[in-house]
Amino acid sequence: MSIIYLLLSVSVVVAVGFFIAFIVSVKKGQYDDVYTPSVRMLFEDELVEIQDSSITNSEKSN
Amino acid sequence: MDKTTCYHCGDVCERDTVTYDGKPFCCNGCKTVYEIFSENNLTCYYDLQEAPGTTPKEVEGKYKFLDNEDVVERLVAFDDGKSRIVDLYIPTIHCSSCIWVLENLSKLQPAVSTSQVNFPKKTVRIAFSSKELSLKNLVLLLSSIGYEPYISLEDYDSGKKAVDRKLIYKLAVAGFAFGNIMFLSFPEYFNPNENDFWLLRYKPIFRWLMFAFSVPVVFYAGWDYFVSAYKGLRARILNIDVPIALGITVLFVRSTVDIMLNLGSGFFDSLSGLIFFLLIGKFFQQRTYSFLSFERDYKSYFPIAVTRIKRDNATKVEETVQVYDIKKGDRILIRNQELIPVDGILISGHAEIDYSFVTGESKPVEKQSGDKLFAGGKQIGGLLEIEAVQTVEQSYLTQLWSNDAFLKDKESSFQNLTDKISQRFTIAVLSIATISTIFWLVVDAGKSLNVFTAVLIIACPCALALAAPFTLGNMLRIFGKKKFYLKNASVIERLAKSSTLIFDKTGTITTNVSQQITYFGESLLPVEQQLLLTSLKSSNHPLSRQLYNKIKNKEELQLDSFSEITGKGIEACYKNLCLKLGSERFVKGTTSEDKQQTTVHISFNGVYKGCYVFYNQYRDSIQDVFSQLAKHYKLIVLSGDNEGEKNRLKKLLPSNVSLHFNQSPQDKLDFVQKLQNKGDKVVMIGDGLNDAGALMQSDVGLVVSEDINVFSPASDGIIDASVFNLLPRFIRLSGKAVKIIKWSFVFSFLYNVTGLYFAVTGQLTPVIAAILMPLSSISVVVFTTVATNAIAKKIR
Repeated sequence: MSIIYLLLSVSVVVAVGFFIAFIVSVKKGQYDDVYTPSVRMLFEDELVEIQDSSITNSEKSN
Repeated sequence: MDKTTCYHCGDVCERDTVTYDGKPFCCNGCKTVYEIFSENNLTCYYDLQEAPGTTPKEVEGKYKFLDNEDVVERLVAFDDGKSRIVDLYIPTIHCSSCIWVLENLSKLQPAVSTSQVNFPKKTVRIAFSSKELSLKNLVLLLSSIGYEPYISLEDYDSGKKAVDRKLIYKLAVAGFAFGNIMFLSFPEYFNPNENDFWLLRYKPIFRWLMFAFSVPVVFYAGWDYFVSAYKGLRARILNIDVPIALGITVLFVRSTVDIMLNLGSGFFDSLSGLIFFLLIGKFFQQRTYSFLSFERDYKSYFPIAVTRIKRDNATKVEETVQVYDIKKGDRILIRNQELIPVDGILISGHAEIDYSFVTGESKPVEKQSGDKLFAGGKQIGGLLEIEAVQTVEQSYLTQLWSNDAFLKDKESSFQNLTDKISQRFTIAVLSIATISTIFWLVVDAGKSLNVFTAVLIIACPCALALAAPFTLGNMLRIFGKKKFYLKNASVIERLAKSSTLIFDKTGTITTNVSQQITYFGESLLPVEQQLLLTSLKSSNHPLSRQLYNKIKNKEELQLDSFSEITGKGIEACYKNLCLKLGSERFVKGTTSEDKQQTTVHISFNGVYKGCYVFYNQYRDSIQDVFSQLAKHYKLIVLSGDNEGEKNRLKKLLPSNVSLHFNQSPQDKLDFVQKLQNKGDKVVMIGDGLNDAGALMQSDVGLVVSEDINVFSPASDGIIDASVFNLLPRFIRLSGKAVKIIKWSFVFSFLYNVTGLYFAVTGQLTPVIAAILMPLSSISVVVFTTVATNAIAKKIR
C-alpha cells in the first residue's frame, strides 16, 4: 500500500503544475480581454476573399 | 424621397451624396475611407458588418503636439529606439469590422508590425517601427480611416497603470486548496471506524498535506480579512471582518492543534471553503464596466499640448508646449474643434465656444475679442488667438478639483448594512461562547475548550458576509443591462437611503438632441420659405441644421448666390429676392436687451420678417419622473443658467420642486454640502463638468449621458438618457435590494442557530462543519439571486 505515497505526490505535482499554468496565464493578461479573441478567431477566412476582390478590382481598371 | 444610406457609415444620405464604385456615400470623407480600403484590398471590412464605418473628422493641425518628442515619449508604452508600442483609446470601435480592419493595419502601413484590439476597453495596441513611421503619422492614418484616437491630458499624467489581478490570484489559491483539501479529507469522513488499519497508518500524511494546503489560504488568500479587521478594531468599529478573522484564526489554530495531538482531522476543508466562498462574493461584487470610467476629471477632457506663439524680436514663432507649461500672458492658438485649456482673453479671431463639456449646453456662445474665455470650452469655427490669464490648475473650472470633496472617500465614511449588523452579531457570538464555556467548565472541564472554539467556528458569519455582495452584485448586473451603470455595489445601498434628489437643468432634464423651435413674426410667402429652406440646407451651422430638419419638405430652389459668414449668418439670393439669416446684429444691425434666448433672425431684401426662437427641449418623461419622485423625496433643480426658463419649468414640474438659477460650479457644491449638514442624504443628478463638484460632494452622484461612449465627469453612476424615465424605479429597486439583504440575514441566522446547537452541546465534528458551511452559503446565494431577479422583472 505504500504506493499511496507515490500516487499522492504525483497527483499533487500534477495539480500544482496546472495551478502554476493558470497563474502564469493570468499574469500574462490572457484573461484581461475575454471578448476580442472570440471575434478574432473567426477572421482567418477573409484573406481568401481579399484576393478575389483584388482580382475584380484589377479587372475593373482594365 | 427614398432613403439612401451611406455604404460606409450607414447614415442617411441627405445632401451631397457621392456615388463611387456604384455605392452611395453620405460625404466625401466616407468615400475616401472606402477608397483607401478598396485600394488596399480591405473591402472585406464591409462584408463582416453592414455599414460599419465612421465618418472621418477634419484633424488638420490637431496632432501637431505629437511632433514634440517629450510628449511622444510619455505616450508610448515601449520604445527601444527601433520599434515602439503604443496603446491608443479609440472611442469609435464598435463592431467586428472595426476589430478586423484595425488588426490588419499592417496592410495599410507596412511600418506597423502588429496591432491588437481590446474590444471591451476600446483600445488598440500597435507596435510599429519608429524609424519608418512617427506616432503623429500613425494617429493621422487612424484618423483618416475614421478611427481617431482620443489622446488627453490624462494619458500624459497617469503613466502605465498596472492591472490589479490580486483578487484572481487569491481566488485561485483558495479554490485550488479547497478542492484538494476536500479530496484529502474524504477518507476520514467515509471511514468513521477509527481503528481501520489502513486509515491509522496513512492518516498523518493526509492530515499534514491538508495543513500544507491551508497555509497559503490563511496567510495569502485570507490575509485581507486580518488587515481589515485590525483596521476596524483600531478605529473602534466591529466590522464584519472582525468575526471572520476571528473564525479563520480559531479554525486554523484548533485544526493544527487537533492534528498535532491526534485529536481529530481538523476543519481544514471548512476553513479553505469559507475563504473561497468569501472571495467569490468579493469577486462577484466587483462588477466593472471596462468601457466606462467613473474616475474622470478635467484631465480626460483636456488636450496634452497646445500651440504657443512666441515672439522672437519681431517674428512670430509657433511652438508646441505642454499645457502645464502655459504661463500667464502666453499667447496660444486654438483651432477649430480644439478645447481651450486655460482661462484667457480673446485677442483675435471669431469665437464660437461650445461649452457642452462644461455646462451640458451644446449651443455655441459667440464671443468678441476682449471677452473672457473659460477653460473647457471648445472652439467651433476659425482660428483663435488668446492670451492666458491663468495657468491650467488655477483656471475657473479646474480649481474646483482642489476642493476637499475630491479627496474624501465616500465609501469609507459610509457604514453599510453588513457592518452595522455585525456589531451586534460579534458581541452576541462572544457572549454565547463565554457563557457556554463557563457552563462546561462547571459540568465537564475537559470539553470547555472544545466548545469555546466550536462556537467561534460555527458562528463565523460566512453566509452573512455573502448576502450583501451577491444581492448587490446581481442588482448591479441587472441595472447594467438596463443601461444604468453603477460604480460599485455600495452605491445601491446609498441610493436606497437617499432623501433628497438634486437635478441639474441643461443636459440633465433637458435634452440636447432636439430643440423646440417657434417662429415669431410675419408669415413668409411660399417662395420665401423655399429660399430659406434652400439656404439652410447649404449651411453647416448647427442651428441651420436643426431649423432645416424642422421645416423641410418644401421644394428647393436653385440659388443664384450664397455666402455664409462664419459667426454671423447667411446671405443668399434667388432672382431678385435676397435673404439675410442669422444673428440679430447681422440681420437687424442692432441687438435687443434680451439675450436669454437663442434666436435666428430673417430679413428679405432688407425688410425684417421675424425670428425663430430655440427653446430647451425637456425630456419627454420629465413630468412623469418628477411627479413619481415628488411623493417620496425632496426635489431640487439647480441650474447654472439664467432664469429665462423659470416660468416654463414651474408649469412643468410639481409645485414642491424648488428651483435655483445662476449657480456656479462652486455654488452647487456648497448647496449640496449645506443640505448634508442638515442631515439629508443627497443624490445629485448632473451631466457636465460644472456639476463635477456637486457630484463628488453628494452621497450619490449620477450622470445622465446621451452617449455612454462620450466622456462624463467622475461619478458614482452613469444613466443612459434613453432610460431616464426609469430613474424612479431604479431608486425603488435599490430599496428593495436592501430589503432582500435583510431577509437573507434572517436566513443565515437560522443556520448559525442550528450550528450553535451542535457547538454548545459539544457535538461539532469536522463533517458537520463541512456540511453546514457550504450549505448555508449556497442557499443564501441562491435566495438572493432568485429574489433580485424576481423584483427586477418589474422594471419593464
